[in-house]
Amino acid sequence: MVNNHIQRESKFKLWLTKEGSAYGFISGYALMFIIFIVVPVLVAGLLSFTLFDTIQFPKFIGLKNYVTLLTQDDIFMKYVLPNTIEFAVIVGPGGYILSFILAWMLAQLPKLPRTIMALILYSPSMTSSVAMSVVWLTIFSGDQNGYLNSLMLNYNLIQEPIQWLQSPQYLMPIMIIVTLWSSMGVGFLAMLAGILEINPEMYEAGSLDGISNRFQEIIYITIPSMRPQMLFGAVMAIVATFQAGAIGVTLSGANPTPQYAGQLIVNHIEDYGFLRYEMGYAAAVSVVLLLMVLLFARVANSLFGSNE
Amino acid sequence: MSIFKRKRHSGIHYSGINPKGYHPSQIKFYLILLPLALFMLLPMAFIFSHAFKPPDELFAYPPRFFVINPTFKNFIDLFSKMSSSGVPVSRYLFNSIIITSVTIVASILVSSTAAYALSKKRFKLKKALFAINTVALMFVPIAVTIPRFLIIQKLGLMDTFWVHVLPALAMPVGLFLIKQFIDGIPDEIIEAARIDGANDLYIYFQIILPMIKPAIATIAILTFQATWNNADTSSLFINDESLKTFAFYLTTLTSTSAGANTVAGQGIAAAASLIMFLPNLIIFFFLQSQVMSTMAHSGLK
Repeated sequence: MVNNHIQRESKFKLWLTKEGSAYGFISGYALMFIIFIVVPVLVAGLLSFTLFDTIQFPKFIGLKNYVTLLTQDDIFMKYVLPNTIEFAVIVGPGGYILSFILAWMLAQLPKLPRTIMALILYSPSMTSSVAMSVVWLTIFSGDQNGYLNSLMLNYNLIQEPIQWLQSPQYLMPIMIIVTLWSSMGVGFLAMLAGILEINPEMYEAGSLDGISNRFQEIIYITIPSMRPQMLFGAVMAIVATFQAGAIGVTLSGANPTPQYAGQLIVNHIEDYGFLRYEMGYAAAVSVVLLLMVLLFARVANSLFGSNE
Repeated sequence: MSIFKRKRHSGIHYSGINPKGYHPSQIKFYLILLPLALFMLLPMAFIFSHAFKPPDELFAYPPRFFVINPTFKNFIDLFSKMSSSGVPVSRYLFNSIIITSVTIVASILVSSTAAYALSKKRFKLKKALFAINTVALMFVPIAVTIPRFLIIQKLGLMDTFWVHVLPALAMPVGLFLIKQFIDGIPDEIIEAARIDGANDLYIYFQIILPMIKPAIATIAILTFQATWNNADTSSLFINDESLKTFAFYLTTLTSTSAGANTVAGQGIAAAASLIMFLPNLIIFFFLQSQVMSTMAHSGLK
């Protein structure tokens, strides 16, 4: 018995000396990761099966939130889901392809002009929507003093000032343009670095193998040689797209957005969670959002992931 | 198509990827990139110009893009102003600076220690933990705002300084980038140090840290952007006005209820926007080469 105990203790000590310091080094990050990422995701999953108004203890109601979401939430089905898909499909792949093309073109230039232009293209992504909202609100202001209105009135393109940010038909396009403008982020830098890292001999080998133009070169050499960066860029693009959801509310100044024209899934969560205090239902919407992100990432992974 | 074919066999190449200098084949790229870059620059040029406009120019009709008589009036107004709840604007800025600095230091420490272990230490869960972190790259914080709110409430972090800092430390991209970067350091260097009797702390501080400066610079920038620009933490988790950030203060200026279009408001909001934006640009400008060398390791396999 005693022997056994000693043995176990020495085993633990052995483990501690072998692996203990590794866990020590990880502990700080792991703790924050668990508290602010793992637990919230689990809690969202659990709450999504409950009725929870923040005052009473959550009451288990099974799949009811999901059923309601899919069958009775007209706003979700009519506005939020189509809006989110439209926004995500244009901004996600659109911003991603734009990032790649711009990165590729930048890679064709010498270092100094390349660096300057990369800085310019990257800088919108580091501005916060908060800081930029002043700019957008002034440019798209609905009275004749708005910059866009004034410009268009001046050239007789329009007769009357347009309420850009309050009109359902203009809000979504403006949201898309603004988000695309700021979509050259970390993924863009990663792809630029990836393109520059490719061994020039690859291209020489390619031209011997009969690659005759730059387009073929991109398809057969550039992209395959930088798949890891392409995938990283894709994941960053997906996250940025869904994370940008608040833009409609920032621009129009209201949640819900005018006639739900700019309502994205993120706003729907906020609407139910913090305005109506239906936390269980909001959690179900959060789970749907996380699943959408995973779905997009899966597509990216099947395009650029390693085949092993 | 033959015009696209390039000479690549000369020793110093002037065309193709990463050329050493100017070559006529680059003109077409300049023709596309320059106008685009200028177009993308417009909103930022606008912040600069707008922030220095005197009131009569802010509301001139027709509106003018560029300032004619630049003035610091907006900045002076901004800093002589109190928020509606009596907190001076300089307090918000001070909060933002302290919060951002503490978060950057903490984030570097926490991510780089974890990255060191995940890259160079041998332990059972190593692969699994890194895989979990890689999945978490896809994590969208905004999706779990509500559970986070509940957790922060339960932990008693509401209305504390730490609620600004702690959630920002869980940054999967940061850990990922540093870990990939440390992977590039040969194991032999660490083995040699270990044979000389160095312990983990010595290896981490004296060998790893000095070798991963580019990755650290990158994490510093990413953390800076996430924290400095963050207004949500203040609006969700902080009720005490004197603990809120400058980014939050800016949202109160631009929200329609506060009247972004009132005469006094617009100049102040423009000045505040410039203060929000400028540090991002300056920091990235100085650290961009470090960021680029980190990004070369960024691949996701």
